[in-house]
Amino acid sequence: MEHKPFAITLDVGSSRANHTGSWRSERPVYADHLPPCNAACPAGEDIQGWLYFAEEGRYREAFDSLTVNNPMPAVMGRVCYHPCETACNRGKLDSAVGINAVERFLGDEAIRQNWRFAKPSTQTGKRVLIVGAGPSGLSAAYHLARRGHAVTIRDAGPMPGGMMRFGIPKYRLPRDVLDAEIARILDLGVTMELNTKVDDIKAAMQGFDAAFLAIGAQLAKRAYVPAGEGARILDAVSVLRSMEGAEAPKLGRRVVVYGGGNTAIDVARTARRLGAEEALIVYRRTRDRMPAHDFEVEEAVDEGVMLKWLSTIKHMEDGKITVERMQLDDKGFPQPTGTLETLEADSLILALGQDVDLGLIKDVPGLVSERGGIDVDPGMMTKLPGLFAGGDAVPAERTVTVAMGHGKKAAANIDAWLRGQIFEQPAKHTEAAFEKLNTWYYTDAPHQVRAKLDAARRVDGFAEVVQGLDADTALFEARRCLSCGNCFECDNCYGVCPDNAIIKLGAGNRYRIDTDFCKGCGLCAAECPCGAIDMVPEQI
Amino acid sequence: MGYTPVKFYQTGTHTIGNRLLPADARTVQSDDDRANALSCGHRACQGCGEALGARYAVDAAMRAVGGDLVAANATGCLEVFSTPYPETSWQIPWIHSLFGNAPAIATGLAAAMKAKGKATRVIAQGGDGGTTDIGFGCLSGMFERNDDVLYICYDNEAYMNTGVQRSSATPPAARTATTPALGAAPGNVFGQGKDVPRIALAHEIPYVATATVANLRDLEAKVTHAMSLHGARYIHVLVPCPLGWGTASHDTIKIARLAVETGLFPVFEGGNGDVTGVLKIRAKRPVEEYLKPQKRFAHLFKDATGAATIARLQAIADRNIARYGLIDPAAEV
Amino acid sequence: MLKQIEGSRAVAETVALCRPEVVCAYPISPQTHIVEAVGELVKSGALAPCEYINVESEFAAMSVAIGASAAGARAYTATASQGLLFMVEAIYNASGLGLPIVMTVANRAIGAPINIWNDHSDALSQRDSGWIQLFAETNQEAADLHIQAFRLAEALCLPVMVCMDGFILTHAYERVDLPTQQQVDAFLPRYEPRQVLDPLDPVTIGAMVGPEAFTEVRYLAHYRQEQALEMIPEIATNFTAAFGRDSGGLVRPYRLEDAETVVLALGSVLGTIKDVIDEMRDAGVKIGVLGIVSYRPFPAEAIRAAMSHAKRWVVVEKALAVGMGGVVSTDVRMALDPALHQVGTAAIAGLGGRAITKDSLRRLFDTVVDGTAEPLHFLDLNLPVVKHELERMGSLRRSGPIAENLLKHLGAVAARIA
Repeated sequence: MEHKPFAITLDVGSSRANHTGSWRSERPVYADHLPPCNAACPAGEDIQGWLYFAEEGRYREAFDSLTVNNPMPAVMGRVCYHPCETACNRGKLDSAVGINAVERFLGDEAIRQNWRFAKPSTQTGKRVLIVGAGPSGLSAAYHLARRGHAVTIRDAGPMPGGMMRFGIPKYRLPRDVLDAEIARILDLGVTMELNTKVDDIKAAMQGFDAAFLAIGAQLAKRAYVPAGEGARILDAVSVLRSMEGAEAPKLGRRVVVYGGGNTAIDVARTARRLGAEEALIVYRRTRDRMPAHDFEVEEAVDEGVMLKWLSTIKHMEDGKITVERMQLDDKGFPQPTGTLETLEADSLILALGQDVDLGLIKDVPGLVSERGGIDVDPGMMTKLPGLFAGGDAVPAERTVTVAMGHGKKAAANIDAWLRGQIFEQPAKHTEAAFEKLNTWYYTDAPHQVRAKLDAARRVDGFAEVVQGLDADTALFEARRCLSCGNCFECDNCYGVCPDNAIIKLGAGNRYRIDTDFCKGCGLCAAECPCGAIDMVPEQI
Repeated sequence: MGYTPVKFYQTGTHTIGNRLLPADARTVQSDDDRANALSCGHRACQGCGEALGARYAVDAAMRAVGGDLVAANATGCLEVFSTPYPETSWQIPWIHSLFGNAPAIATGLAAAMKAKGKATRVIAQGGDGGTTDIGFGCLSGMFERNDDVLYICYDNEAYMNTGVQRSSATPPAARTATTPALGAAPGNVFGQGKDVPRIALAHEIPYVATATVANLRDLEAKVTHAMSLHGARYIHVLVPCPLGWGTASHDTIKIARLAVETGLFPVFEGGNGDVTGVLKIRAKRPVEEYLKPQKRFAHLFKDATGAATIARLQAIADRNIARYGLIDPAAEV
Repeated sequence: MLKQIEGSRAVAETVALCRPEVVCAYPISPQTHIVEAVGELVKSGALAPCEYINVESEFAAMSVAIGASAAGARAYTATASQGLLFMVEAIYNASGLGLPIVMTVANRAIGAPINIWNDHSDALSQRDSGWIQLFAETNQEAADLHIQAFRLAEALCLPVMVCMDGFILTHAYERVDLPTQQQVDAFLPRYEPRQVLDPLDPVTIGAMVGPEAFTEVRYLAHYRQEQALEMIPEIATNFTAAFGRDSGGLVRPYRLEDAETVVLALGSVLGTIKDVIDEMRDAGVKIGVLGIVSYRPFPAEAIRAAMSHAKRWVVVEKALAVGMGGVVSTDVRMALDPALHQVGTAAIAGLGGRAITKDSLRRLFDTVVDGTAEPLHFLDLNLPVVKHELERMGSLRRSGPIAENLLKHLGAVAARIA
């Protein structure tokens, strides 16, 4: 410097001596907000977490990440009603990310590649009995086994899977997929005792340190329908269960299904596949009030299932059903009108919901909930210490996904209980609201619709209706994820800082704020596409 | 030239980097080895659009020419906040001479390089005052001679360094220290406008472009293309000024984006007299959305006179949209 | 090589021998012939490598020169009068940045009223600009001073103005001995900049300097001008050794040995003055001449030394500090012993190209010698015209433009003044 003219000529970059960080009144902080998909997932999946890997085509890591919470992605990718997609912020932009489809792709890929779960390094020596090999039972078994506990599942049925096998038709869930995912759980060392009905839970718990009741809701609700000679009245649970037996049920040419839930849809579509020329769903209220999901109703209609709204069944006799027209009152309840009509029908299938068979706890007082089913505390434990319950057997929404979540939650609590502790749910991060996103940075990219089998071909048999994504479309779909509330290393903060005060830490390591120079302008937070930066007041 | 949108990635088209993109599809700014031509420790205000725009542009130019670059700088905010003795923020050979002569200084630099047989490239930069007003004669001369200089104007639409006085780039109705929001026609006059990018184009120089700090990829593509050419080139970059415009420091990029999305600031490029490409508006916005967050336009939202003025500004935006074809119904950007 | 050549052409060819790498040109009389001739030499390939740039103004001309110099190129331009004023901001900048630009000023009056003829108002207005200002008496000296100017400028990192009287020198055909390229190359080393914009060793040039260092920066500029006071005679001595003739230096004494009356002046008027002095010496008057070559830096010591016998002095000045009087005489006064302060005259002469005749000078010098000269004298001032206009102005509010009124009053006479 000595040889250069004084003061007017300066050495480059010397302003680094001027620490402009002292100007700051707010500082940017990288936050991990809870994405709405994760918040909405009854199974507690870290959806965005596994999509992060899937976006890069790192499917094995995506699978490993996914199965931290849910051991059955191929099943879930088919039967879940995906509340995650309903919650997805991208839905406000174009259409929700097809999370369910990507999950199925990962599940199918895992089956194709025969990916297995890592076994626990040590065993605790504790023994846990699980009653019921349905989704909550299998889920609990998986989570307990991975924590090193010895798990035995007992199920009254001849095959594991519970309602996944005996309630969900094959065309929605092919059995080889179900079998493969169950086998992978059992491969962790879980003992499966089939055709073993537990009649007395206290007796059964002998020799076990804890037990989990995952007995489901197997008893079909019956409505009293006056019936004359030759009236053939069945319940949906039995019809669907008998589909797994050697002989298909005989339903006749014209089938009427009574009810408005997903089971009514399933059974009507099953009837079509068994050769019924007419399958008619009769429901008391209107379509918008049907509990069944829209997409299932649409698929059913595509397949020729008919629907009759605002009608109750008054009477059935040989080949004929009498229905009464209803109308909705001010509160939306159906009220009779007195107008009657007659339908031709060979059989009537009642799909009016299910009850829990509480026989095995009849000798233990105080376990039954006023709301029906088994009463549990927030940690999924019944009044009987060491006895936990979940799935359809406890009062909650009855879906496979909720059951999976119950299994996971129960396993966490059982694990804590076995160690003499109380499971503490980690505090939830604040939710990543749509308003926090800077959506300008996202390209419009339409949802990849999963191909469906032609309606005409569907009713010929029980082939799977909805097809999976291939590697390209799955990658595409995964990349539609906005990564709400969580940094995905887009470099925006690094780029938009007028003060070069963001330090890049390298792939996978995100960024750091250089507080020597950050003036606290907030541009990084404002221009973060996914709202992963918060501005917090500086402590002065 | 423009850039090729990288479609279908969760963000690939518009973000600065993104780990899902191959390295060559990322911006210069995403590179951890970027030049940082304007280093930290500079004294620009919080959220300064000019500091950002200058680093964007000069880093891109540095990448384009492999670092063999010198720069001339007009007097103004950029000069003052970057080089107060004893510290400079520049990491490249850089000279400040006067307010109105940056284009001529650059001409001299380029002439010297040519005479000395050096391949070193030359850029000049200045604010809107230094470019569209006091330096306009030198700029036009540099264009007319087709000197081998890329001139970059960082337009923040007034004399910010001296305390927000009106320049010939100040938009109609804007309040500045010399066009107060008083009287029957508050704010700046509705003049005939002084559209320097179009004037540059009329010089038939090889390359003219406009850009903003809201679209880095577009800006970098333009600077890179400009540096691939020789002769006089001009890039006019809109750089919002939180202080002068009365906006929040974190809104600098958002405001620039709205200037584009309303049509008030057409982003285009051309050369040899013709416009050859425009950046389409992705989602058209009414001018109110752009005006409302800016205190310099606050008086427009007080009464019916203001509403009429807003309508006139909307007409300007609509004229830009029609003139440049900024909205393409078939386009899917 | 001796040539009968126009002054402008002689300067242009000499400048070309100095191998400038960037030359900027904007036309203004009476400088045009210089830049035209340099342009011709560049265009023909005689001067290469050199970028010749036709700029759009003098402001741009100096700015281009600044840029070129900062990039390490030897830079040259020429201007005059209004053009010099139009580039003033850049002139100060060039010296402030320490860039060794050489510029010819073909001295010309400054308007209004607009006037294309010679005086020194333009150059003297820039006395505080930080430039070194050298005044040529003859075309030979004008040519020679350019060679010395480049060497001086680059040694000190200061820009140099070589001032030559417009028309009187620029347009006069005289014999000039032009050196060879080999001679100039031997005398003038390659330009080694002290600071340069180079991507291999980047620097910031032109920082904003506040009160904490501004005085020191200005002091250093002054210090370098003081260094020039030593360097200018050295270079002149070296020049004489190399080229075999005297040119340059700080001051040029003529018949000063025992002079009790000293006439001081800058530029070509010295020739006329010397003729008058010769006549007065022949008549036994102890009078001599001191030509000032270096106006900035001002050679106060050299002047004091040269005037050791002086009892009276007069500066024939081609400029007027309006409201004050003489420009050069003020500086001369400060250079002399206090005893001499009140015995000097500032004679304002030759403004706007008015001829300075031997008769007028003789009359002036006689009054100086006999002690009757006023401290401020306007040579050949037409008092009746002035009085007439003052009367008009006193009687009429809308008395009209002064210059036009004077011309009207003078009638056809005006045409002969030039």
